[in-house]
Amino acid sequence: MNELEPRFSKSDTLYPDYRLAGELEAFGPFNTQACFQCCKCTNGCPVTFAMDLYPDQVIRLVLIGQRKAVLSCHTIWVCSACKTCTTRCPNEVKITELMDCLKELAIQDGVPCPQPQILTLHETFLDNIKKRGRLFEVSFLPSYLLRSGEFTRKWRQGRWQADAKLGLQMIRKGKFSPFPKRIRGTQDVRRILSPSRREKNSS
Amino acid sequence: MKATYYPGCFLQGTAKEYAESILEICKHLNIQLEEVPDWNCCGATAAHSIDHRASIELAGRNLNLAAELPHADMLVPCPMCFNRLKTASFALQGEQKERYHIGLSDSIPAIWDLANFFATEDMLQLMAKQVKKPLDGLKVVCYYGCMAYRPQKITEATDVENPLSMDRIIERLGGTALSWPYKTDCCGAGQVLSRQDMVSRLVGKLYDMAQRVGAQAVVVSCQMCQANLDMYQTSIGVDWGKQFSLPIYFFSELMGLAMDVKGVRKWLARHITNSLSLLNQLGL
Repeated sequence: MNELEPRFSKSDTLYPDYRLAGELEAFGPFNTQACFQCCKCTNGCPVTFAMDLYPDQVIRLVLIGQRKAVLSCHTIWVCSACKTCTTRCPNEVKITELMDCLKELAIQDGVPCPQPQILTLHETFLDNIKKRGRLFEVSFLPSYLLRSGEFTRKWRQGRWQADAKLGLQMIRKGKFSPFPKRIRGTQDVRRILSPSRREKNSS
Repeated sequence: MKATYYPGCFLQGTAKEYAESILEICKHLNIQLEEVPDWNCCGATAAHSIDHRASIELAGRNLNLAAELPHADMLVPCPMCFNRLKTASFALQGEQKERYHIGLSDSIPAIWDLANFFATEDMLQLMAKQVKKPLDGLKVVCYYGCMAYRPQKITEATDVENPLSMDRIIERLGGTALSWPYKTDCCGAGQVLSRQDMVSRLVGKLYDMAQRVGAQAVVVSCQMCQANLDMYQTSIGVDWGKQFSLPIYFFSELMGLAMDVKGVRKWLARHITNSLSLLNQLGL
């Protein structure tokens, strides 16, 4: 575990929100209550080095109603969804799926994302497929770099050359198709991804 | 035979060589592929991370379009798409199906991870008959990644901890697939854009182990694994203070090579890490 500090709040600790597990389970089932803390999830997780809470700790904190701690932690965002934990859990706790649900709940609750570039990546991706129904990498990559501030950061640190070189190499090798295809069902895709439908989801 | 084909977005762009090699080898093996009409993006990591419902409905739309074609099997080369399509088919037939604004057609085809499809005994035999230039002397490790296998309940894979599909294919092509412990470890996938440091750590570990077991190259079936292992090899080597030099082949490219299909060198020239010199050295 690195130096990232989980954000526990005094009020959460003194007055736990015991509805949290139930609230999450309504989107599940994730079987959180079945967890007996064997830590098999954490022991097999390939990205614990980037986490502030281990996966088993996230589940424990959900069960003891520590809403703020789990919704504001880095863990739910740096999880790469490899599903090793879900696959190996002896009690069929759907840990990866719970991590996704926590991300959605964090967004819904307006909790600031501690890994903003990861959220921006997801948002840019979904905005991109709304345009034509399929991902168009030629516009996706630059718009992510600009929106996330990654481009400015790299420019300031003088680290942009490596990316530019790779980009040029990819163009030369014909890895980008310059002409996007717009599917006939683009409207269907937009409807599926529309925020109004999402609000309806949570009600 | 005829089969439905769901290529996915990346195969039209950065993984063009994967798409080209699949089309050629299928033509060679007399498998006629018919693309899902008007297919859309499966939503990938982005959708399942922040909009679960959309992730199921996006993939569900594709399944319903695939059901319009008469073929029994749908081949999916991208493990991410495969995983999302399987997840949607599971969710839309499960107890919670009422949660979604989309129903599932009752004639959807069987969803296949492409490498697993080619590793069925029938396909292996068909392929073995076509081998003209066996991969003599080529020692590789097969890297499977996450999405074609986990979780078992969704993917219906029988060998999650030690998958063998590509190992079987390589052996039939006359190459050597070495045993190694990181077959299904994660490469970080899309995090390569948002957290390059994480990907460097995850992928560096794979290179290091592959070289330690004596592999000359890594064989993959996932275009995200291929991109992460192929494109940043030099910079990850700098992070690790080591020099890595491992061509990252799609299994379909090696099938094409062994079956002497035209275009192999054109596909391989699209890789960022040089993948032709090893083959020249071995006289393949």
